[in-house]
Amino acid sequence: MELSGAEILVQCLKDEGVEHLFGYPGGAVLHIYDELFKQDEVQHILVRHEQGAVHAADGYARATGKPGVALLTSGPGATNGVTGIATAYCDSIPMVVITGQVPTPFIGSDAFQEVDTLGITRPCVKHNFLVKDVRDLAETMKKAFYIATSGRPGPVVIDVPKDVTDPNIKIPHRYPKSIKMRSYNPVKRGHSGQIKKAVELILSAKRPVVYSGGGVVTGDGAAELTDLVREMNLPITSTLMGLGGYPGTGKQFLGMLGMHGTYEANMAMHDCDVLIAIGARFDDRVTGKVKDFCPDAKIIHIDIDPASISKNVRVDIPIVGPVKQVLADMLNVVKARKSRPNREALEQWWSQLQQWRSVNCLKYNANSGRIKPQAAIEMLHKITGGDAIIASDVGQHQMWVAQYYPFDKPQHWLTSGGLGTMGFGLPAAMGAKVACPEKDVVCITGDGSIQMNIQELATCQHFNLPLKVMLLNNGYLGMVRQWQEFFYGSRYSEVTVEAQPDFIKLAQAYGHVGMRVEKPEDLEGALTEMMAMKDRLVFLDVVVDPGENVYPMIMAGKGHHEMQLSPDCELS
Amino acid sequence: MRHIISILMENEAGALSRVAGLFSARGYNIESLTVAPTEDPTLSRMTLVTCGNNEIIEQITKQLHKLIEVVKLADLSEGVHIEREMMLIKLLAKGSHREEVKRLVEIFRGNIIDVTDTSYIVEMTGTCDKLDAFIGAVHEDLILETVRTGPSGIARGTKGLSL
Repeated sequence: MELSGAEILVQCLKDEGVEHLFGYPGGAVLHIYDELFKQDEVQHILVRHEQGAVHAADGYARATGKPGVALLTSGPGATNGVTGIATAYCDSIPMVVITGQVPTPFIGSDAFQEVDTLGITRPCVKHNFLVKDVRDLAETMKKAFYIATSGRPGPVVIDVPKDVTDPNIKIPHRYPKSIKMRSYNPVKRGHSGQIKKAVELILSAKRPVVYSGGGVVTGDGAAELTDLVREMNLPITSTLMGLGGYPGTGKQFLGMLGMHGTYEANMAMHDCDVLIAIGARFDDRVTGKVKDFCPDAKIIHIDIDPASISKNVRVDIPIVGPVKQVLADMLNVVKARKSRPNREALEQWWSQLQQWRSVNCLKYNANSGRIKPQAAIEMLHKITGGDAIIASDVGQHQMWVAQYYPFDKPQHWLTSGGLGTMGFGLPAAMGAKVACPEKDVVCITGDGSIQMNIQELATCQHFNLPLKVMLLNNGYLGMVRQWQEFFYGSRYSEVTVEAQPDFIKLAQAYGHVGMRVEKPEDLEGALTEMMAMKDRLVFLDVVVDPGENVYPMIMAGKGHHEMQLSPDCELS
Repeated sequence: MRHIISILMENEAGALSRVAGLFSARGYNIESLTVAPTEDPTLSRMTLVTCGNNEIIEQITKQLHKLIEVVKLADLSEGVHIEREMMLIKLLAKGSHREEVKRLVEIFRGNIIDVTDTSYIVEMTGTCDKLDAFIGAVHEDLILETVRTGPSGIARGTKGLSL
């Protein structure tokens, strides 16, 4: 069969099972858009800004585990996508981004809408390709999907010059069923000897704790993790990215750890004698002061990426492999063995953990007469039964969701953890709603973040995506204000968001339902009403206490045991 | 500590910039870097000299390995190996200096590969130390221009870096 480059590209998407494509047309991708026009297997979602396309593809991937796909034009199309690509890269999200490029003879001539997309994206992709010959296109597409989804996942960019998709140049097409690359062979199995050693160490532990990360979610290891943790009666904490990898309402769950982690999680980290890190990368927001990190612990680290191991913190038993398989193997080893965990020591450890829990570090003053952001999130949890897909932006509200909306399942929490990208939430929620139309999808956002990609409300109207936007409106860039309060003598420099739009009217202008709630007693009704409107996008402006801070907090340069607790819950 | 890392990579456009970009993005040092295709034209071999403590070198090798186009790599400093670097050095050669420079080149087993009435171009191969020593031995006023390739390295014995 003879096909043009544009036909090949679209055919490859179909062969990869791509059902949805987020994009924005432009000169360099016109041939591709003409092919998209002629078919209806791949649905194209026309966003309102290229950054939105990439975040939407990212949200789609986070909610499904399938690679998200975005299509952008050359030059500004590609550069607008860069923040989205970097966001996905930092969180290891599988994604294929196809960018148009000026025709090959013009490359390097500073042509109209030309940028060095390969050069610009190189530091924030897992890999990128420039296809200079239409005969390489199909194989490159196959490689891109393979690289994006295997090993430690990540975004892959394919830069396609316009002449490569020329409808008049046809070549025989065959899409490879599989691909082998001599230079890329991700590890398929963890080392069985290391797995046995790790199990030995856990069995000998008196104060073990599991520290689980985003790798459990992206690596589809939640079920295996849950089995192992329950079988061995281990306490477990999670990173921001790992939430949902183990049920957040589970008895053994200590809450999130790190800078805004719970008292019990961080104290457990500090006092543990064996730390089991799974699909986590010892990020600085997690470790606090590295010198004081888990001072008494032997550390086991399971990760698909060898470069994550001993990068920030030396570990004792590294296991390189897919978390799903490694955890399943560990469980088998545990079950095959006669010896059991040290029950007496574990009971003692659990009673210590309970004592820390009783500090009730997430307590807040609910009777201030204003809506507390924490209360709004807890109420949403109640009304959605904890089962909604929640996308967040970045800042205080993001931490509050992590603390007050316990996720029981993976792929329900979409947040920009590594890069911390404001403006991620709405388009990510949009991608998730495209992927899971039957699910409740809520974007929890702040009055700073929401305005960074608010144009996507139009996309939601265009494609009838009835997600919900819950704006925790405190009139501040709250997280920055909090740091200015703590560390800069309350000199609030450029954090007051004055001249806010009327969000009700704004939502209505985009064709949606806009609502506002200001009194605590109206909160439940408003949230119930919002969630009940299944077929409409509802934008709920929740006016919250502007002075609220995120606690607990580990200040810069402090260890896990040196948390600042909320004034509402001082240690007795 | 100085390390010499050998890398076999796909001979593709942009592969070199991925290595260079990795070093600048992560703040690693590159002392020298040399690259050319091997007997298999689809593969390039790169020799890279860097320095750092063991943790940094471990990260460098892991991060290099993560680059999709890197097929294999080895830290040659971990075993016995041979290093050679080539230098072309243009020296002022006038009057009494002509003989003196020629004698020095012979002592260092270099070759004079170009002669004019006022200058020599000397080709010299050896370890970095030897080339440094030669530069040190020539009076600095006589040195007109120096160009060095950076070392290439290879492990001794039958074991080596190949597919």
